[in-house]
Amino acid sequence: MLEIGVNHYLILSGLLFSIGLMGVLRRKNLLMLFFATEVMLNAVNIAFTAIGNYYGDLSGQMFAFFIIAVAASEVAVGLGLLIVLYKKYGSLDLDVISSMKG
Amino acid sequence: MYEFIAFYVFAIATTILFLITVMSKNVLYAMSALAGGMVMISGFFFLLGADFLGVVQLIVYVGAVMALYAFAMMFFDATKDIKEKHQNPSLVFLLGGLMSLLFVVMFSAPIIGDNVQALYPVVENVGVVENVGNAQAVGMVLFTKYLIPFEVAALMLLVAMIAGIILAGKKMDYSLTKCEAIDEEMDIEAITENEKGEA
Repeated sequence: MLEIGVNHYLILSGLLFSIGLMGVLRRKNLLMLFFATEVMLNAVNIAFTAIGNYYGDLSGQMFAFFIIAVAASEVAVGLGLLIVLYKKYGSLDLDVISSMKG
Repeated sequence: MYEFIAFYVFAIATTILFLITVMSKNVLYAMSALAGGMVMISGFFFLLGADFLGVVQLIVYVGAVMALYAFAMMFFDATKDIKEKHQNPSLVFLLGGLMSLLFVVMFSAPIIGDNVQALYPVVENVGVVENVGNAQAVGMVLFTKYLIPFEVAALMLLVAMIAGIILAGKKMDYSLTKCEAIDEEMDIEAITENEKGEA
């Protein structure tokens, strides 16, 4: 019971990922959707590092590094797009922004 | 014993902070909770022996990404509460709960299928120096096995930087000061032409 194994980390990572997924599903504001995406990326980082530690393999950490790089560039481009959208529509709500009827 | 206490403290703190991030109506609260949760996540990396990754998490996520979010929030109205219209909350919670269960099972499945082999074990693969720290080992693997992905990531960051500059600074082409300067020049030219015509 007092031993923390890889399954503890994996279950925690799954919980955090599903929290992020719930956020992506129920949020209507684009900035909040970005926050939920960051939660999901962080959860996956924990899983990669835990599995890499379990197998004595540095590849898990390498993939976590590349995920961090992807997240950083995603934030840079995404926030630029958000600023453009906010200048155009004056709101970040998906119901206001959406132009397709369906 | 210490690992046990640390793991549960970090786990409970991270879960609560991320729940605040996902459920909160205020952008400022959500962002602060997200930053706090990312600090707590770096604790897991230190627990797992990935010191360099923990430091990178602190610097890049908590330092750079959250600062970028805070900077972008200056363009939006951050003090006002967000009003979100949910059409069917109970269906969302049902589907979300089912997906949570599915994902937790999927993430813990590697424990059951215990026949995966390590591709690049930590010290044996590097094999140069005994008792290298995590940062040295990461450097040796990153600049040998993962050199090309590393360079591609660098190129991707460059592209993202250019895209961010172009997207956020799109209106800088026709600023007010520049137009006024051009107007003044045109006025002066018109006046001088008039004077020439009179002479």
